[in-house]
Amino acid sequence: MLLQLFKDLYRNRKARFGMTILFVLFLLVYSSPFWSQDPLAIGAMPHLAPSQNFWFGTNGQGQDVLAQCFRGAVLSLTTAFLVGAAVTMIGAFIGTLSAYLGGWFDQGMVLLINLFLVIPGLPLAIILAAYLPPGPMTIGFVLIITGWAWNARVLRSQALSIKQRDFVQASLVAGEPLWRIVIFEILPNMISLVLSTFIGSTIYAIGAQVGLEFLGLGDISQVSWGTILYWANNDSALLTGSWWMFVPVGIAIALVGFSLSLINFGVDEITNPRLRDEDEFYTMLKDKTAYLNSELTPVVRS
Amino acid sequence: MKNKAPLLSIRNLCVDVLQRKQSIRIIDELNMSVYPGEFFGLVGESGCGKSTLAGAILRTLPAPCAITAGEILFDGEDILGLGFEGMRAVRWSKIAMVFQSAMNCLNPVLSIFDQLQDTVAAHLSIDQSEKKERILSRLAMVGLDPDCLTMYPHQLSGGMRQRVGIAMALMLNPKLLILDEPTTALDVVTQKSILDHIKRLQRTLGFSVLMITHDLPLILSYSDRVGVMYGGRLMEWGAADRIQDQAEHPYTQALLDSFPSLFDPKDKVYTEIGGKSFSPKQRPAHGCVFAGRCQHCEQRCETYLPPLRGTDHHAVVCHLGT
Repeated sequence: MLLQLFKDLYRNRKARFGMTILFVLFLLVYSSPFWSQDPLAIGAMPHLAPSQNFWFGTNGQGQDVLAQCFRGAVLSLTTAFLVGAAVTMIGAFIGTLSAYLGGWFDQGMVLLINLFLVIPGLPLAIILAAYLPPGPMTIGFVLIITGWAWNARVLRSQALSIKQRDFVQASLVAGEPLWRIVIFEILPNMISLVLSTFIGSTIYAIGAQVGLEFLGLGDISQVSWGTILYWANNDSALLTGSWWMFVPVGIAIALVGFSLSLINFGVDEITNPRLRDEDEFYTMLKDKTAYLNSELTPVVRS
Repeated sequence: MKNKAPLLSIRNLCVDVLQRKQSIRIIDELNMSVYPGEFFGLVGESGCGKSTLAGAILRTLPAPCAITAGEILFDGEDILGLGFEGMRAVRWSKIAMVFQSAMNCLNPVLSIFDQLQDTVAAHLSIDQSEKKERILSRLAMVGLDPDCLTMYPHQLSGGMRQRVGIAMALMLNPKLLILDEPTTALDVVTQKSILDHIKRLQRTLGFSVLMITHDLPLILSYSDRVGVMYGGRLMEWGAADRIQDQAEHPYTQALLDSFPSLFDPKDKVYTEIGGKSFSPKQRPAHGCVFAGRCQHCEQRCETYLPPLRGTDHHAVVCHLGT
């Protein structure tokens, strides 16, 4: 089922484009330890503009920004995807289980979810990150703590509606155990929602992670996208006009977000084929005299 | 009846699902008329385009569908030329519809009264007492107790819900009532009582009925005229008793032979219609759409389309007998 989904994703134009960008980026990032310089080595004068030797220039410490960008991405992307996966899994697990079990368990879980939802995420993240020892583990932990509740809530509602369908009742009558009903009957029906919460959570994780590190709440001795921006700010990149210290990272973050969004569009179209048909339909109608109104069937008499 | 102008007249209507690779034709050059005060029954098997036709008349077909040819004249006016507001004025106040599953077209969180009055409020500006009076009279028409007004859909039985659907459709005195398989989900006793009600209301109020179903014996006993649809085309239409006794189209005959009747001799042999209906993607490009399953299929049936023979009151689209 998952394999089929990936095949369909590959066949979708938008998703394929997004996956290609992401794939190339991953390839460059995870191979960077083999081809780039040491990102912490001070190899040149500080604040050098991009040149043949230093494609992205150097930062305030005279370190190579190109190397920092790609080597830093290893940490940032890994954390982001792991956090995204963890948040989605926790959300899916708690959401479906609580929807399926109902009763006091559900009540308690809903209370817990609501509690986490009303706690303002960013301030909590800042406070937690400030108290715990700095480092990627802390950042990941903080993001999971502040991010799981929303997914759990969304997936719980979806699971509640699926639970009402006859096939769930049928599998209950057929004597399937609880864990099988939740994992093999209910979850596969939500795979598109799970996938898009995963994509959304990952985008959130990248943004929040970079934000926390930019505020100095990460381990500033390690290289990641957030600490690069932290140092750019610390070394007054804006004042000295050294745009190359923050623009490449900015573009990289935007690129990851862009490609993930494209994949998300693809998932939408695959799981709701009507969306694709409608797209096609309206482009076909474009040059004809038709009422483009979804509440009125168009008339195209030639 | 024969001298009156038709209330609804559909001429060469085509409905397509527009797709880049291959557009799919759902309704193919369909012609039919419904006269004032008439009970017109439309029968056909699943997927032949009956419900699509209802959607085309009310222009509620969803996006990949478009009406690509023909005209629909209602009271002499081509309603395909109307814009959204124009069509909104026609919907429900002139043409109302009773949907197949009353279960799903009533809002579970609104009381019956609220739903009925919403229908009125959307089209008329009348005061509260007048509204209430109108709602009570419609409820009485379909034989429902006024107590139902404060109830919610889940508190009603299937038959009662369908009655609410009919009351809702009659709320604005429409000239045409489209019934899309209104009794398919109900047992025969409820079915009879609901259809009897509709017949009685029709006699007193004088609206026309276009009833869509796949139940040929049912439609034969209730309709004035019957149209038989296959593969997006109307194969034969005519007065119900004429269709019953001397159907001309092989498809109509085959349908009649496959249904048991109370009055059949005990040893009557029922025959099925062989083969399967074509999928809309593999629509035959030439000839009669029923040719593939027809027992009387000849060479000409597969090569060119049979002409329409007959008048508005009885016609058949078949090569047989020419």
